[in-house]
Amino acid sequence: MQTQTVKIVVTGPFNAGKTELIRSVSEIEVVNTEKKVTSESEKVKNSTTVAMDFGRITVDNDLVLFLFGTPGQKRFDFMWEILSEGMLGFIVLVDSTRPETFREARGILETFRAYAPTPYIVVANKQDLADAWSLEDIRVALRLDPAIKLLPCTAKKKSSVKTVLLELLYAILEELDSTKS
Amino acid sequence: MALKGNLRDFSIIQVLNLINLAKKTGALYIESSSKSAKLIFREGKLVYATTGMDAVPLIKIMARSKLIPSSAAASLSERYRTLNDMELGITLINSGYLTQDQIFTGIADFFKDILRGLFTLTEGLFNFEADEQPPSTSIPLRMALEDIIIEGSRQAHEHEDLKNEIPSLDVALKFAERPGVNIRDIKLNAEEWRVISYVNPKNSIKQIATAAKLNDFQIRRVVYNLLQAGLVEMIRLNSPVASAPPHAIPARNPIEQRNLVNRVIDRIKTI
Repeated sequence: MQTQTVKIVVTGPFNAGKTELIRSVSEIEVVNTEKKVTSESEKVKNSTTVAMDFGRITVDNDLVLFLFGTPGQKRFDFMWEILSEGMLGFIVLVDSTRPETFREARGILETFRAYAPTPYIVVANKQDLADAWSLEDIRVALRLDPAIKLLPCTAKKKSSVKTVLLELLYAILEELDSTKS
Repeated sequence: MALKGNLRDFSIIQVLNLINLAKKTGALYIESSSKSAKLIFREGKLVYATTGMDAVPLIKIMARSKLIPSSAAASLSERYRTLNDMELGITLINSGYLTQDQIFTGIADFFKDILRGLFTLTEGLFNFEADEQPPSTSIPLRMALEDIIIEGSRQAHEHEDLKNEIPSLDVALKFAERPGVNIRDIKLNAEEWRVISYVNPKNSIKQIATAAKLNDFQIRRVVYNLLQAGLVEMIRLNSPVASAPPHAIPARNPIEQRNLVNRVIDRIKTI
């Protein structure tokens, strides 16, 4: 029997922690194409994802879950539509300590919603840091509808990422239920 | 040495700034896929501007600035068809139809509109031909560039911000589901109403812009305002208005789909 695959996309602005989130739960070494950052404005970290991150979780003998991370910088937004094809749902990751990226996160969210009307959740990463914005403030800044799930997260912690993935999957189940009714 | 290049590398604001600061005299030709323009400067001041390569008659310029009613423009054009712009301007002043200030204001507004149209260009060739003079029959206006450069600079920043908010114009709009809100009760300007009238999941924002005769900057600004007001939402082109079920699950019926998602959930719980 052929193995089925499902895909979850992790998106968000540059340096939001997408690669780290996937790395925390992937059973394989995350396949990514990282490149030394050359732009001054992007020198928050030394390397960045220029193609995509690719993680994998084997569900059982017949089913595999792939996690795809999108490149954060706008100049790679041509990749987003390709990555969004056939996804189960998506996660919009924001860096809670960098409010200057919230506007961009909102733009990415709108773009992905336009590409694919699949369930999504918004995740506030780096909530363990002292200067992290509160969830309430982030919700207002991102103009999120109260019905949209906004979760705290620390992408480097497996347990935190696990909760995030489960919440997205529950949102997908709710969507299936509402479609049925 | 010729001053030429691509607006991708050197923006129109930077070109104008250079001409202004260096007090250059000559003609700047702009050629992009969507528009072309010719601007002539004398010692850094704009003295002549036209889109395309043909001069726009003075009567038309005055009608665009609403200094001459459009109903009268055709008959005036016919009556004075043998006069050049300079002669026509003098005739209109002598006949008491317009003052010299009104004519200069009308021409300056026309020049500014042309420049504003160029501010949105992010790609296109420019070429400055030194010492080229305006037609001898044109009205001798000398417009300083500082104000328009500042305005253009602000607009460029705003355009950049709007592009971050609305990265693609190849998506559609739908009305937001807001029970109790009647769009007729909301005050919109003429541009916003025009855009609203085309909101449909089958129309891309780009198509709406073409139909409403708005450039990329204008349509982004209007759509941004409508998004901010919560009146519309962006959706994928042609997607149904009601939220679609997640189509990505490789199972055919809802029971199979639920089963598949539950299997993934069970697995994630064990991580």
